[in-house]
Amino acid sequence: MLPELGQISLILSLLMACLLACMPLLGAQKNNSALMQTARPLVYAQLFFVVLAFGLLAYSFTVHDFSVAYVQRNSNSLLPFAYQLSAVWGAHEGSLLLWIMILSIWTAAVAIFSKQLPDKVVARVLAVMGMIAVGFISFTLFTSDPFTRAFPVASEGVDLNPLLQDPGLIFHPPLLYTGYVGFAVAFAFAIAALIDGKLDAQWIRWSRPWTNIAWAFLTLGIALGSFWAYYELGWGGWWFWDPVENASFMPWLVGAALIHSQAVTEKRGSFKSWTLLLAIAAFSLSLLGTFLVRSGVLTSVHAFASDPERGLYILTFLIIVIGGSLVLFALRAPNKDESGQPFTAYSRETLLLLNNLLLTAAAFMVLIGTLYPLFADALKLGKISVGSPYFGFLFSLLMLPLVMLLPFGPLTRWQKDQPSKAVKLLAPWAILAVVSGAVSFFFLKDSGFKTTGGVIAAVWILLGTFAFISSRFKNSGKRFTAEMIGMTLAHAGVGLFFFGVLMTESLSIEKDVAAKPNSTFSMRGYDFSFEGVEQVEGPNYVADRGTVVIRKDKQLVTTLYPEKRMYASGGNSMTEAAINSKPHRDLYVALGEPLDDKGSWALRLYVKPFIRFIWLGALLMAIGGFVVSFDKRFKRRNANEANP
Amino acid sequence: MSTRFLPLIAFIGLALLLFVGVRMNSGKDNSAIPSPLIGKPAPPFSLPVLNQQDRMIKTDDLKGQSYLLNVWGSWCPACQIEHPVITELAKSGKVKVVGYNYKDETEAANQWLQQFGNPYDLILFDEAGRVALDWGIYGAPETFLVDAGGIVRWKHVGPITPEIIEQEILPLLESKQ
Repeated sequence: MLPELGQISLILSLLMACLLACMPLLGAQKNNSALMQTARPLVYAQLFFVVLAFGLLAYSFTVHDFSVAYVQRNSNSLLPFAYQLSAVWGAHEGSLLLWIMILSIWTAAVAIFSKQLPDKVVARVLAVMGMIAVGFISFTLFTSDPFTRAFPVASEGVDLNPLLQDPGLIFHPPLLYTGYVGFAVAFAFAIAALIDGKLDAQWIRWSRPWTNIAWAFLTLGIALGSFWAYYELGWGGWWFWDPVENASFMPWLVGAALIHSQAVTEKRGSFKSWTLLLAIAAFSLSLLGTFLVRSGVLTSVHAFASDPERGLYILTFLIIVIGGSLVLFALRAPNKDESGQPFTAYSRETLLLLNNLLLTAAAFMVLIGTLYPLFADALKLGKISVGSPYFGFLFSLLMLPLVMLLPFGPLTRWQKDQPSKAVKLLAPWAILAVVSGAVSFFFLKDSGFKTTGGVIAAVWILLGTFAFISSRFKNSGKRFTAEMIGMTLAHAGVGLFFFGVLMTESLSIEKDVAAKPNSTFSMRGYDFSFEGVEQVEGPNYVADRGTVVIRKDKQLVTTLYPEKRMYASGGNSMTEAAINSKPHRDLYVALGEPLDDKGSWALRLYVKPFIRFIWLGALLMAIGGFVVSFDKRFKRRNANEANP
Repeated sequence: MSTRFLPLIAFIGLALLLFVGVRMNSGKDNSAIPSPLIGKPAPPFSLPVLNQQDRMIKTDDLKGQSYLLNVWGSWCPACQIEHPVITELAKSGKVKVVGYNYKDETEAANQWLQQFGNPYDLILFDEAGRVALDWGIYGAPETFLVDAGGIVRWKHVGPITPEIIEQEILPLLESKQ
């Protein structure tokens, strides 16, 4: 009975979304305020029914209602409670429901926090978000209904994919989706502006915090996913340029570009068409990401979520949404003569334009690399896989100028400035960065060019960002706005991120060993002693658990217990790597295979210097994004001219 | 004026490509929980051939033709169950079947082959199970399908049945042609 109720409320939410997509839009067109005012109540009603449906599905999981096919396939009576809840979005149908719920929450948030905007704008923005909801709810209902009953009813569930039984999964998809869906707000604003025919700086200012928050969530989601892959998959890597990872990285890159171009458009009125196009692109790439994950067009580690049957539906939806908005853009984008205040060759506008070009070029490069195998396959050029050499090389090539120019941005004035001023401020730090790079090259053991690059990038960005703080501080009387603090944090995060990446890439050591009980292996001054493997039992699995004692200079550092789990419900084994982490290094042990019956095992040992800086940097970027959105200027009705 | 249409034109190209991709993929079964290797190149290895310890086979030597990599050991009872099925598939000539003798001894392996028959084109001999780590092999039997380009397309844990051949392996092989 309850699952049917869930289905009915999903149908009702579709109805609400359909009304929301039409009535306010019609009202805005005809200047009918009664019709425009239907928008907010419809948004709340849609949210209510979606949350109800989601709650009922979650309830079916907690009571082990295996008559619901989706529950039967993804849960099991032995599954721990937290995973019963996260299993709601552990597979295709439920994760779509989660997507819809997050979209409804964002839409409701827009409805609540848009009181100061003209009715017409609100009506159009909410209607566009309603259209997106129509697409996703009907997709769920018609192709992937999570409430379908199974017959005959099984007495036990299949269990959640063991790969997904991890705290990382509880948060990874919701964070990622919140980021993806958040770009829908900027998108809806762009579409509303295109329909209206004019782009007001005030709307841009209003949509900026939304973009920042969405981007910050996406940052957290991607970082958590990367961290999850690092400790759960047992490969010891943190990024694999896998198609699905790329699918989330493209909107991130374009979103980062959008954050910067929105700032220019809001403050200077320039780049209007470009900002609109980026807003469309960021959300379109989010949709494309969903398509790539859900359709099975590209194979990847995430293939558990895919089904080609549904691909055609999403593709149709994709063509309507993206194609439609690009047609609108082509017909109605602002003309060149409406563009904002002029700027000279060296100005903050120019630097931000470069930032945008580099970030979108990087996104484009990722897009090409991700789709090239499909392209080659379609043209019968043979099966090709594009690997990390392509991505790594081109990405570094594009990021190099970005890192070099980053400290100049905040130190340069809008419209017109003397390059010599910023150069004078930054020169001592640049010299210091190069010197510390050289020191690391000659004095750090096993260092190479990448190590040097990492040290230079980190010192340069951190000190360059510090130079901005100190110069701002010296020009007394000028406060630090939330926008500046957020920017500073995010930029420092970029520095730490590149430091972590380059140090890990250049200094990591990996060893595969055949370990007899009580044998010892030395790496980078750490002695790994393997003491043997025993059987242990978890709630829904049994595991082989190894014990590895790690010492440095005869001093005990830590004892690690890597596991290899066999889940009771299925034949899949999972590697649970054991990691000891300090800021300057991770010690990582993964259990391989038993080698004989005398207790010998294959072990994978890693020492990974500074790998935590990768996620620390990402965390700082995300915090920066959140902080910026608290800037007081965004709450005001009129532009604040006091801020340069 | 024309530059405003550029994004639209680029997107139309992209949509066409994705449409072709969806069409190529329909009918493919992605429901099984895949190995992380699926869609990736077979891991690089160099293994001796059973009974010819000085003949080493590398990943690239197997390229150019799709093959089924069947992991077995004389110590593995489930391998005996699937062996007639594997034998019949190999005899049908629909796919090259490569054996992967896992943590076994030469003598025991040979005796087992004598008793149950040797359908394999070639048997790789991984005595220590060291290369198996890279393949993500947990036990025997396990079976991989690798295409002509050396990309792992499919993996199965547990014995192969005639249904699995009919419903999973053969469709995959046909879709490749």
